[in-house]
Amino acid sequence: MLEFKNVCFQYDSEDFSIIDHLSFSVRHGEFVSVIGASGCGKSTIFRLANQLLHPDSGEILANGKSITGLKSYCGYMPQHDLLFPWRTVKENVKLPMEIAGGYTKAEMNERADRALESVGLSGWADKAPRELSGGMRQRAAFARTLLTGSDLLLLDEPFSALDYLTRLSMREWLLEQWEKEKKTVLFITHDVEEAVFLSSRILVVEQTPITKLTSIEVPAEYPRTREELQRPEIMELKERLIEMLRREPS
Amino acid sequence: MKKRRIQNSTLPAAILVFILLLIWQAAALGIDAAYILPSPIQVLVRLWELRKPLFTAHLPATMSIVAIGLVISVILGVGLAVLMDASETAEKALYPLIIASQTIPTTALAPLFVLWFGYSIWSKVLVTVLITFFPITITLFDGFKSVKTEMEELLFTFGADRRLIFFHLKIPAVLPCFFSAIKMAVPLSIIGAAIGEWLGAQSGLGYFSRRMMTQLDGAGVFAPILLLSVVAMAFVGLVTVLEKRLIHWRSDL
Repeated sequence: MLEFKNVCFQYDSEDFSIIDHLSFSVRHGEFVSVIGASGCGKSTIFRLANQLLHPDSGEILANGKSITGLKSYCGYMPQHDLLFPWRTVKENVKLPMEIAGGYTKAEMNERADRALESVGLSGWADKAPRELSGGMRQRAAFARTLLTGSDLLLLDEPFSALDYLTRLSMREWLLEQWEKEKKTVLFITHDVEEAVFLSSRILVVEQTPITKLTSIEVPAEYPRTREELQRPEIMELKERLIEMLRREPS
Repeated sequence: MKKRRIQNSTLPAAILVFILLLIWQAAALGIDAAYILPSPIQVLVRLWELRKPLFTAHLPATMSIVAIGLVISVILGVGLAVLMDASETAEKALYPLIIASQTIPTTALAPLFVLWFGYSIWSKVLVTVLITFFPITITLFDGFKSVKTEMEELLFTFGADRRLIFFHLKIPAVLPCFFSAIKMAVPLSIIGAAIGEWLGAQSGLGYFSRRMMTQLDGAGVFAPILLLSVVAMAFVGLVTVLEKRLIHWRSDL
């Protein structure tokens, strides 16, 4: 679904490659989290994957094809909802289709309505974004991401700006959406608990520059509940991840 | 409930204006020389007496300068802002020049414009444009600069090119700045037109005010100025109403 092959990347302002011959891949239908301490370069991986940055060398493939010149192969959901305040919720959700083009008005309306219904915002279509709560705004942003029509979703700490309780329910909600939509998700977080709860596999950034990602399978089946996180092997995994992240001298 | 709040909010200003007018009236009565300081009442009376030439000849003359000047300023101002936003080279070349253009004392140059364009409308329009395009350009340009990079990037990941980003993001995002710019530009364009007329014209409120000056008609000097102020306020009020109807999200960006 997504594959990095020997990718190198260096910021102009730095004298070392923050991504150094990195290779990893995400399989179709997986829910993969990338975790790492703040500033470790995990967001750089994302920005390379959605072409906001371009690798100095190496290759990034989506569905086996190089992403260079490719459009709408991934749906990117940023940390902040970034709903445009001059558009209603529904108009915001339609935005990716307007940009991509090729849809009739009726098609766009129908797909937007369906997406809003699926994220539980049917009654909010004509509201302004500011009338929504933080969790609802993220759900609207997720609906917008879904309507990019891509099977690969890149979610960049989408819940980090929410309060703790909303975050808990949004996690459960996201898993439901993932199972329903059958998408592949690459999820960035620095929250170990979040990563363990959501992911089928976790990629750990252990050091900067990033030369490899340590892949760890999460030993739990879907659907999951929060209680399952209390199982001893899960607790053990959490501890191990925290140890791995701490090892990095900062 | 809402109405009362609005009344309350304008009440202090209204009281202050009334007090200032009272002081003015008292001072004028004290000086007792209308050619030096006419009283507010004398100004109003003179405005009424002169209503025919003012409203039929001079107001239309000034307003056509304001209208033409404002249209040119908006086109020029928006054009420059868009150009500087689109190209870094254009920004580097134009921005310093635009700032420098404002250090030129336009009023001192205006006689030269009369020399070039005669007493035609264009000498006045030029003065108007010179002092009006600047706030439009700078305000809009700053507006473009402050559009969130994250939003641009989001649209980019949706596959948008620069043109689509411009139409879907930049234009709506700078609308509030555009209205602020227009609110600054309207009074400036009226001032510009009046200055232009003051320096060389055969009609217009600025010209009329100056003619009254030569006749030592103090109230006659003030009457067209009062008219100009009221027109400017009415315009700004109109723009504000339009803005409120179009932009309900100013604080959300």
